[in-house]
Amino acid sequence: MNPVNYLYLSALLFTIGASGVLIRRNAIVLFMCVELMLNASNLALVTFSRLHGTLDGQIIAFFTMVVAAAEVVVGLAIIVSIFRTRHSASVDDSNLMKL
Amino acid sequence: MITNLAAVTGTTSTGEAVQFWVLAVVAVGGALGMLLMRKAVHSALCLAATMLALAVCYMAQGAVFLGVVQIVVYTGAIMMLFLFVVMLVGVTSEDSLKEQLKGQRFAAVLCGLGFGVLLIAGIANAKLDHFTGLHEANAEGNVPGLARLIFTRYVWAFEVTGALLITAAIGAMVLTHREHVKAPKTQRELAAQRVKDNLQLPPLPAPGVYARHNAVDIPALLPDGTIAEDSVMETLRQRGQIRDVSQAMLQRMAELENTTADWLGRPSSERPPVAGPRKSLEPVPANNVNNVNNANNAGVPKADEEGAE
Repeated sequence: MNPVNYLYLSALLFTIGASGVLIRRNAIVLFMCVELMLNASNLALVTFSRLHGTLDGQIIAFFTMVVAAAEVVVGLAIIVSIFRTRHSASVDDSNLMKL
Repeated sequence: MITNLAAVTGTTSTGEAVQFWVLAVVAVGGALGMLLMRKAVHSALCLAATMLALAVCYMAQGAVFLGVVQIVVYTGAIMMLFLFVVMLVGVTSEDSLKEQLKGQRFAAVLCGLGFGVLLIAGIANAKLDHFTGLHEANAEGNVPGLARLIFTRYVWAFEVTGALLITAAIGAMVLTHREHVKAPKTQRELAAQRVKDNLQLPPLPAPGVYARHNAVDIPALLPDGTIAEDSVMETLRQRGQIRDVSQAMLQRMAELENTTADWLGRPSSERPPVAGPRKSLEPVPANNVNNVNNANNAGVPKADEEGAE
């Protein structure tokens, strides 16, 4: 098997994540789709690291994971605070920036 | 070991190929499941499966440290956080199928397909036939190699990452912090409110009939022998798990009477009747209440008139 298949898998997962962001309406599921896209890009980075024979790609993937963790913490906090005031987790219902 | 072998050679071994095809099916299936499941909990579980599959893919490609971090951070921490918020926001909340924009879903699927085709065509056209492999980079082990890079070339990014994490933690705390709009009621105010509302002022009656039972699901008996529903906690009351023992004593007495009658050989006609269920207290008929009120009302003006005279 050619390791390029990992890149195809990554592209497929990224596409599914991107379609999910466009299709789904639940804010939590949207966040999961964003996480899936980050994971897919991580897989691509790891594969490129193997392609080039250096560890830099893995380092960038590592930083992506850290940033994803920070992003999820803040994003879920925003979802929870919006849910408290509007009693809905649907992105269609949030049409105002203020609570 | 498959992982080492795969990392050493540019092309993969048969073992890695088999593992890849199995995991790719799991990963894509999980991703599609996440996309298509209507309930957020199911989506989260599908995503966890995808992430686990990806973690094994990392390990197979020589990124052992990243694979472990993926399991610990993603499936451990992040998915736990997701599930926590899903439970907080409402497990039963489902996506509405109503479209705000007409044809948006169809257009989104079309865009996704086009994007995927473009992306995959781009990869297919790229010249990616030579894989160096990580056997040199991982010569002293994956973790020491990563550590060497993180603490030399990428040390600035690493430090900034620390700042980012602290900012995120503080941001989450600020966002979910709730200010009290008004001061919470003190115990004194609550007591005054209870007197004002004229609800149950003394403590609620304790459950249990102390002569025989004192379990919490057995209501206390009022002086007339009926049960005091207040004495059983709200949860049991709503479940209908109240054990009424108000008749137990009477039934036991009836049994004793029967045994005695058997012993004495009394005919059945002379036996006292077995006590049936006690009649509940009859409420005062509504008519009487009205009559009494009417009588009172009729009486009061009369008194006033007398006083006036």
